[in-house]
Amino acid sequence: MKVSIYRYNPETDREPYMQEYEVDTQGKDLMVLDVLALVKEQDPTLAYRRSCREGVCGSDGMNMNGKNGLACVTALSIVAPGVLEGKKALVIRPLPGLPVIRDLVVDMTMFYNQYEKVQPYLINDTPAPAIERLQSPEEREKLDGLYECILCACCSTSCPSFWWNPEKFLGPAALLQGYRFLADSRDTARDDRLSRLDDPFSLFRCRGIMNCVSVCPKGLNPTRAIGHIRDMLLERAI
Amino acid sequence: MVTSVTSFSRNGVSDWLVQRFSAILLGAYFIGLFGYLVCGAGVDYAAWHALMTSVPMKIINTLVILAIAAHAWVGLWTVTTDYLTRMTFGGAATGVRLAAQALLVLLLAGYVLWGLWMIWGA
Amino acid sequence: MSIRTITFDAVIVGGGGAGMRASLQLAQSGFKTALISKVFPTRSHTVSAQGGITCAIASADPNDDWRWHMYDTVKGSDYIGDQDAIEYMCSVGPEAVFELDHMGLPFSRTEEGRIYQRPFGGQSKNFGEGGQAARTCAAADRTGHALLHALYQQNLKHNTQFYNEWLATDLVKNARGQVCGVIAMCIETGEVVFFKSKATVFATGGAGRIYASTTNALINTGDGVGMALRAGVPVQDIEMWQFHPTGIAGAGVLVTEGCRGEGGYLINKDGERFMERYAPNAKDLAGRDVVARSMMMEILDGRGCGPNGDHVYLKLDHLGEEVLHSRLPGICELSKTFAHADPVKEPVPVVPTCHYMMGGIPSNIHGQALRLSGGHEGDDQIIDGLFAVGEVACVSVHGANRLGGNSLLDLVVFGRAAGLFIEDGLRQGMEQAEPSRDDIEQAMSRYRRWDESKKGESVTSLRKALQQTMQNHFGVFRKGDLMAEGVSMLADLRGRIAEGHLDDKSKAFNTARVEALELDNLLEVAQATAIAAEGRKESRGAHSRYDFPDRDDENWLCHSIFDPATLKLGKRAVNFSPKTVDTFQPKVRTY
Repeated sequence: MKVSIYRYNPETDREPYMQEYEVDTQGKDLMVLDVLALVKEQDPTLAYRRSCREGVCGSDGMNMNGKNGLACVTALSIVAPGVLEGKKALVIRPLPGLPVIRDLVVDMTMFYNQYEKVQPYLINDTPAPAIERLQSPEEREKLDGLYECILCACCSTSCPSFWWNPEKFLGPAALLQGYRFLADSRDTARDDRLSRLDDPFSLFRCRGIMNCVSVCPKGLNPTRAIGHIRDMLLERAI
Repeated sequence: MVTSVTSFSRNGVSDWLVQRFSAILLGAYFIGLFGYLVCGAGVDYAAWHALMTSVPMKIINTLVILAIAAHAWVGLWTVTTDYLTRMTFGGAATGVRLAAQALLVLLLAGYVLWGLWMIWGA
Repeated sequence: MSIRTITFDAVIVGGGGAGMRASLQLAQSGFKTALISKVFPTRSHTVSAQGGITCAIASADPNDDWRWHMYDTVKGSDYIGDQDAIEYMCSVGPEAVFELDHMGLPFSRTEEGRIYQRPFGGQSKNFGEGGQAARTCAAADRTGHALLHALYQQNLKHNTQFYNEWLATDLVKNARGQVCGVIAMCIETGEVVFFKSKATVFATGGAGRIYASTTNALINTGDGVGMALRAGVPVQDIEMWQFHPTGIAGAGVLVTEGCRGEGGYLINKDGERFMERYAPNAKDLAGRDVVARSMMMEILDGRGCGPNGDHVYLKLDHLGEEVLHSRLPGICELSKTFAHADPVKEPVPVVPTCHYMMGGIPSNIHGQALRLSGGHEGDDQIIDGLFAVGEVACVSVHGANRLGGNSLLDLVVFGRAAGLFIEDGLRQGMEQAEPSRDDIEQAMSRYRRWDESKKGESVTSLRKALQQTMQNHFGVFRKGDLMAEGVSMLADLRGRIAEGHLDDKSKAFNTARVEALELDNLLEVAQATAIAAEGRKESRGAHSRYDFPDRDDENWLCHSIFDPATLKLGKRAVNFSPKTVDTFQPKVRTY
């Protein structure tokens, strides 16, 4: 099968280019990460991040045939139907909108900075009890669909608002985590958290186009979380 | 958290509310006018003139003009801060954006004044 | 070439659960601390832990007692876990787990609002007399993920200084054998820096990648063990490798023991629940070593499933969609992705897969690394400046077989303990050991070797040969002659790897260079494993030999110690002296 991969080495290349490879998967419907490993056997200079290879660490977010996703849990037949039959090529590019360090490796500093801005940690200024802080199953259920985020950046880098204002708009991933703590019954910093989100950029740049929802490899819904935060902000303002 | 914002409100919540409420007002106004034109009795000059010069309608028209200006400002301000950035204009971005926004302010202010003059002036 | 030096009070190598628990403790203390991680911390392998963290917090059973947990752990270890360390872990555990809740870890909950606990293998009440216990605290089946993110978040809150995507390459030690710091390479730029510190804490995790098939992440290449062995630090019980019963056949991806805790069970091709034959009481919740061996027996006896009869099935559909989706959502996802089987409708094909390194750098409960005065024999000596916590360490709380859910507890308890101890030591004026220029140069030699290589075999082919050797010669069942052959193959591989070739010498994000440096570490772990496995002439816990099928308490109720200087295997006494409870005497281990 044919694979076309975005290549750029800052030490030798003036600009990025696409490189074609021929890979033999023996007809198997591999995951894209397995294909990359086969390419790397041919060409060890290819750089990409990977760790758990089972979709829980979030290292290998990349753009495959136009759609962001995790290479390790994306099967060829899903991302590029017909690629095994030679009808088309698998095209792999780095996540869009972030600076490229080398090949498929992007500089995620901006993404992490936005994550840090939402104070992504539990704040509770009451003295901790000798055991756990009690939380009912119903209260805990509110965190489902929020805490599972793996910070792969597939969502934020598919969001045009994040492309245009990566320093000011927090992006879907950070906002999902912002809501994860707003929704936690054990957190006491609700007001302070909301105050940090009510400027015109941090949250309100979300135009609800739901690109984030369509690419999230964990099936999470940042748009809904953003809507919940907006409701909280409005409730507070009125 | 965000600096160098040229928004008048400096607050996303109020921007959001302004945009939604102005949209509702504009929607209601135009549906109302449309309804008047479709099922209204006479649409000759006298009737139309009488309607437009009545004090309630003058107040409504004033609100509508202000709503258009506010709605356009929030929307176009967003557009300028999305597209007129360093990504597209490099170091000149701030200047370009400020110029565009100034032009926008002048235009909108002009329209508002002109509109007010038409409603209340004569 | 002289390199840049950065000085810290403490440097932690590894950004998984143990490393970040230690760094959190030190960040809160105000001492100048750095955490070096070769991946962004939340990409560490702790993130893959599923089922939970075992601890007697008395939620599922208000009468639960940490001593019962201790009994299970000692029995699970096949009696070569150190009882003072196990006592410490089980008794301090609840405090460490409650801290995690206070940090925001989103544990699943009971109706009373307490932390949800599920049954796991090898758990009992009342010292094995009271039936199955439910002691594993869970956040659905994503406990490791939830734990790792909570720890990272707390480290952000307390401003830990992270060096993310920096690969530690070697320890710097001086002529007196003191550890002075570590050499590390910034992967993004290729810059090599000497991190000088009073305390160097290894929290580098496991090395499952020495096997061709493993549940471990691709990054689990035993970097800490490799660095330690090259610096002359011995390793303990390194022959003890846990094969997890339920790795997805073909993919190696883990399916949590929590599946069986929630009521799932294993069946052979005849649909028989075969664990009833091997462990009549605990059945599918016997120790992992027992279950893995039983599965292999079924497969070897021709009762395996699939066209090649090379796996068995994990049956879950009888639990119902609601339980599966609320308690085991991640498993449903993984099974559909990697086994093309929806657990709600069909069984999951599973096979025992390399999962956990029980052995590692010998350490005490403060995390201090130890060596024996005579290399492979003699008295314990503390290695100045070096600490080890988590999977890379062998405290030893897992002995010859780790119980499910005990690894996460190990991470937080000993990460915390090392942090507390170092904080205290620094307050009392812990001194910086000084290296000479030659000492630093020595630690750089391996990096240079690859950088100057001109021709030779590729890293990929060498790594594959190593992994295949380990897979074929040191699997679930072991045999003396096969292992002897494996040992000599690895000796041969050592020569070939020393001549290996790195073609790409570029600096910026050169993952080929990273993989070459990792290969050296894999080799160190593999060779130590091979020699120790061949040397332990008995069957105990995860170490199961055809030629010595029985446990031999007379000769081998002890730790093995592999000395890298002489490649000899020695023995070290197991601790049988807990402080507050009576010793648990070795008994025949049945489930």
